[in-house]
Amino acid sequence: MHIRARGPTQGYDRGWSLVRVIIIGAGQVGSSIAADLDETHEVVVIDCDPERVDELNYSLDVLALHGDGTSVDTLEEAGVERADMVIASTDDDETNIVACATAKAISNAFTIARVKNTEYLRTWQRSEKAFGIDFMVCTNLLAAESIVRVVGLPAARDVDPFAGGQVQMAEFEVDEESPVANQTVSEADRFDSLTFAAILRDGEVTIPRGDSVIGPGDRVVVIGSPKSVQGFASSVSPDEPPGTAEEVVIVGGSEIGYHVARLLEERGFKPRLIEHDAERARELAEMLPGTIVMESDATDVDFLEREYIGDADLLVSALDSDEKNLLVSLLAARLGVERTVAVIDTTPYVDLFEAVGVDVGVSPREVVAEEITRFTREGGAENVALIESNKAEVLEIEVDADSVLAGKPIRESVASLPEGVVIGAITRRREFITPRGDTVIEPGDHVVVFVDSCVIDDVAPNL
Amino acid sequence: MKLRVDYRASLRLVGTVLKYLAVPLCFPLVVALYYGESVLPFVVTMAVTVLVGTALERLADEPDIGAREGFLMVAVTWLAVTIVGAIPFLIEAHGIPFVASPLHPESTLGNPVNALFETMSGFTTTGATVLGDISFNSHTRGIMMWRQLTQWLGGMGIVVLAVAILPELSVGGAQLMDAEAPGPGIEKLTPRIAETARALWGAYLGLTVLEIVLLYGLHVTGNAPNMDVYNAIAHGLTTMPTGGFSPEARSIEAFSAAAQWVIVPFMVAAGTNFALFWHVLTGEPKRLFRDTEFKSYLGVIGVVSAILAGVLFLGDGLMSVAPAGETYDQLYLEGIRTAIIGNVEPAVRQSVFQVVSIVTTTGYASIDFNAWSAPAQYALLFAMFIGGSGGSTGGAVKIVRWYVIVKSLRRELFTTAHPEAVRPVRLAGRAVDERAIRGIYAFTLLYLVLFFVSTGLLHLDAARIGFDVSILETMSAVAATLGNVGPGFGVAGPMGSYLDFSNGSKLYMVVLMWVGRLEILPVLVIFTPEYWRR
Repeated sequence: MHIRARGPTQGYDRGWSLVRVIIIGAGQVGSSIAADLDETHEVVVIDCDPERVDELNYSLDVLALHGDGTSVDTLEEAGVERADMVIASTDDDETNIVACATAKAISNAFTIARVKNTEYLRTWQRSEKAFGIDFMVCTNLLAAESIVRVVGLPAARDVDPFAGGQVQMAEFEVDEESPVANQTVSEADRFDSLTFAAILRDGEVTIPRGDSVIGPGDRVVVIGSPKSVQGFASSVSPDEPPGTAEEVVIVGGSEIGYHVARLLEERGFKPRLIEHDAERARELAEMLPGTIVMESDATDVDFLEREYIGDADLLVSALDSDEKNLLVSLLAARLGVERTVAVIDTTPYVDLFEAVGVDVGVSPREVVAEEITRFTREGGAENVALIESNKAEVLEIEVDADSVLAGKPIRESVASLPEGVVIGAITRRREFITPRGDTVIEPGDHVVVFVDSCVIDDVAPNL
Repeated sequence: MKLRVDYRASLRLVGTVLKYLAVPLCFPLVVALYYGESVLPFVVTMAVTVLVGTALERLADEPDIGAREGFLMVAVTWLAVTIVGAIPFLIEAHGIPFVASPLHPESTLGNPVNALFETMSGFTTTGATVLGDISFNSHTRGIMMWRQLTQWLGGMGIVVLAVAILPELSVGGAQLMDAEAPGPGIEKLTPRIAETARALWGAYLGLTVLEIVLLYGLHVTGNAPNMDVYNAIAHGLTTMPTGGFSPEARSIEAFSAAAQWVIVPFMVAAGTNFALFWHVLTGEPKRLFRDTEFKSYLGVIGVVSAILAGVLFLGDGLMSVAPAGETYDQLYLEGIRTAIIGNVEPAVRQSVFQVVSIVTTTGYASIDFNAWSAPAQYALLFAMFIGGSGGSTGGAVKIVRWYVIVKSLRRELFTTAHPEAVRPVRLAGRAVDERAIRGIYAFTLLYLVLFFVSTGLLHLDAARIGFDVSILETMSAVAATLGNVGPGFGVAGPMGSYLDFSNGSKLYMVVLMWVGRLEILPVLVIFTPEYWRR
């Protein structure tokens, strides 16, 4: 488990001057963080590819510089001494660590490093602040956690925990066969502690009312207690009751594949893992006592049939190449696997692969970008989940006395906020409270809110 | 056919810029009030800008500006402000039927083509004029101040100003500024583009105010008798944008030597990359003199001025007999010959002033350089192609492009001898991208082609109407409008005017100024079918 640290406090509430963020590495992760922050922060991006730098300078309202992010000169040119935060997100672990250490040596910025190797994460966890890094995110581990959450909740496309696990946000796709399809929200909502936050249709976010109809192909975002979310999951697809995904097959013994197997073991599953490299398979077998490791090529149809892979409830494809993951997932679906999850490195492929037949695509880069973005949010939101690449956000907030929510029944406080805000769940002293119109929110409560991106800038500071 | 360009979004932003044009119109309005003149030309124009601007703004809700929309928006903005900006001149000459009588019916700007020419020349900071009589007898002081102000608004760029103050332009602002700003590519100084735009405009405003104060200071201390407040402001408004309009018919010749010397450094500053001033102000003054382009810029000015100062001092640079039909007479010629030949200060001053004015594309004149001999005039014609620095308010090709061209030609020579050599072209120690070099060649070649073709066309048109101009005069007129310099030679000389060209030729030159200010490509591209097609 990665450690959840609080973001830097000195960066917020600085009145007119904006929080200055330096991002080292303008790859998929760096660019997507920059795109997310450019409107609300002063962003400087450093990359060693001059063409990419040029492109960023025109496409985003950021200052992109060409240079080596580990060199003091470049960092000074980027104004590191005035920076509030330095994010190292190149594809190379060592570069990221050195860049953060360098930034720390010459400034007081809060440093965030992205690493792939869990070894570095372990070192950092043993003594926080090791390498001069204030927060470390591990791509592989985050991706694995994200996959495992989906495993636990069939039919869900995305699951995020809030309030220390007391609250869950989940996004479900409702297909034609689902009993929920063509029902109104009030018909579908048979659970006490569940809030329907949004319906996503053709990329548009709508806030549902009781009489809104859930159409086939819609995606529904719900917030509630884990139990009610699970209950809703089984009403979305009664054929796959939660927790019955007993047969899990993982293809590919990459770092992500290994972590998925390890985390599933911890949860009492007995997954099978297919790895074609003999040495790696042996190594994995030693590290994963609760997993059946098989040494074979996952595209070998004879092998798959012999092992009845088609009977599996879920197959996770975590090979090193996107194309192979697509191939394996499609093959598995053809053999009869109920749900396929594929690791997709190239973020823009996610939609494409899902359209072709992969049930859930998980992009490690997107997961990491989301995690890093959480840290840079203004207004002290503790936990953030992004929906449909930024169409909306789910925020967890600890309500203080100044908040517009404090001390008033929800009916009144919501009326004073613009449309597009839904109070999803409340926890008070670690107790779950279902928000109703007359519920009065007290200072100190944790509130999970769904906010449409159009109004986020107006709403977030007032909460 | 469905268009690939979201022209509504572009026009919407043009509307926003147009709407805000009403604000600077307040300045000539105040001047007119002060001198007790009619404010009608400005009030009507303000109403038009607000009405048309608001109407255009209704075309689209949230403009989403891409590269294509950016080109269209910038090109159309310049055309739109020119058309609207010409209204005060027309009202001055014609009045409003049944409502108000004309203020000055004799104004040459009553011809709409002339009014367009003068306004485009203003906004593009060219400084070429079609006024017949440049004096307050034929024009109100308010109108003359509006003419000066158009140059100041156009200098640092209308769109750059819009990016600086309108938050809706921050996304895509870099695209827009790139299409408008002189030189290859823009330099972001701060993470947010609006701040960069504000920094540039801040430096521009500061230098303008400083110049006005210094010029008026000369007047107060008795060193420039006719540089009153009106003139100090009028010239302050046209120096920093490298404009060149003057409410005086004799341009800067009308002022004392001291005033001429004060204007020179401001012209030099106007031709400098404004990003350098920002570095100086943020505590890195050394960058000014480390900058390759700035050093080359000063070098070119120094060398050309030294040569011209020499020939003027010796007398070889001046005509000895005034030919008939020139803009000067024998008396004027003998006057300047006695003043300059054998006298160091006047020779140096006249040479430096003219060279700086032409290289930076300002277009002021402290002497009627039609009275210079042919070799000296050719030197000035050559200088018209140099231009100021990239990122300055100057026009023409720009020093940075010539520098890269010279360096890459030297590389060609080197690689002819050593075919295996890999030699990047360096600018201030950094390798220049090969694609950027290709762009620079394309621009310069296009500039020269446009120059030769236009010279041919204008010369033909002059012959058609029996207008007697030499080929040197036509060449200078094209170079002066395409490069936003202003005055050429002969009839189009510093004390002359473009009035006698045919209406067709003048409209063509309006296009040349427009195309020249936006550096050709952003305008030409919108006339290609590929731009519009899906």
